[in-house]
Amino acid sequence: MAELEVEVVAADHFVWSGAAKMVKARTADGEIGILPNHTPVLAVLHAGNIEIEPVSGSRIVVEADGGFFSVDSNRVVIVADNAQISESVAGIR
Amino acid sequence: MGAQIRVYRQKIASTSSMRKMFKAMELIATSRIGKARARLAASLPYARAITRAVSAVSSARELDHPLTTERENVRRAAVLVLTADRGQAGAYSSSVIKQAEALTELLRGQGKDVATYLVGRKGQAYYDFRNRPYTRVWTGQTDNPEFATAQEIREVLLEAFGAEFADGGVDEIHVVYTTFKSMVVQQPTVIRLLPLEVVEEKAAEADEILPLYEFEPEPEQVLDALLPRYIESRIFAAMLHSAASELASRQRAMKNAGDNATELIKKYTRLRNTARQAEITQELTEIIAGADALNA
Repeated sequence: MAELEVEVVAADHFVWSGAAKMVKARTADGEIGILPNHTPVLAVLHAGNIEIEPVSGSRIVVEADGGFFSVDSNRVVIVADNAQISESVAGIR
Repeated sequence: MGAQIRVYRQKIASTSSMRKMFKAMELIATSRIGKARARLAASLPYARAITRAVSAVSSARELDHPLTTERENVRRAAVLVLTADRGQAGAYSSSVIKQAEALTELLRGQGKDVATYLVGRKGQAYYDFRNRPYTRVWTGQTDNPEFATAQEIREVLLEAFGAEFADGGVDEIHVVYTTFKSMVVQQPTVIRLLPLEVVEEKAAEADEILPLYEFEPEPEQVLDALLPRYIESRIFAAMLHSAASELASRQRAMKNAGDNATELIKKYTRLRNTARQAEITQELTEIIAGADALNA
């Protein structure tokens, strides 16, 4: 199965990148889940958590407060104003 | 007697204490520049992603957004000048200010009013001293800029851009900053921030065909959300470039100052030795002359 190539960047630093099976994010219209081979999308992010299911390892949750993300040919670029990996939430889920 | 030697000794002492200062400042600049360059590099993925997204939206449809529309009648232009907070950085601040002056002159020549926005205490001091008006100034942290400052500048500039002419609104926004090309080359640069011309990062990227994106919610709203961020990222990039340039200029200036101090100390030491020797010779001559006079 194809994989998603995910890159999470904040304004002044790089947050996370790697291969993933699924990415879930909150947009203006509601939650959107991205699986491999998704059609190209450019969407505005809402403040909230972005969940990334990596190919190996446990689910990663990134707290973001707005921004946008783009998907094209299995490349997901999440651009947030302010983003950080939240350890505690990742632990509970 | 001995006055000359004393003068030289004082000069040597003061020059060496200055040299210590120069050395310290050089070392501080050297240690900070690595961090500044790392931050500059760290901001690139964001800038690249945002530029790509903006070009994707703009290529999907004809851009027709207030921020990208050229105004017919440009009456006032804003100039944002990025200078340093502290001196001791060679010609860093003055070359940016010179560039800004040239731009102001050019804009005035085109019959536009100029509203100046300043970053850095050096720029403020320059304008205050000459009694020139400026609209707003931000100081502090020019060698370690924060993203929040870029956001604040963006808010103020966008507000001015949206305002009416009578309320101090502007029709164009230019930014004067220093591009960090390498440790030895930093160049004062002018960019026009608004109305926006979306710049492609590289020519190679333009060849790449951007996919047809679906937009969520609507292309207009996506653009609404994207453009302020794009502006912010450009302001922040300019600030980071300026910070790295400031530190590089300071390091170079302090290195030169330190080298000059070393030269001076060498020169004064030689002069002091000559003076001491002259004194000894004179004393000997006097003693011998005295003894000769007694023996005669």
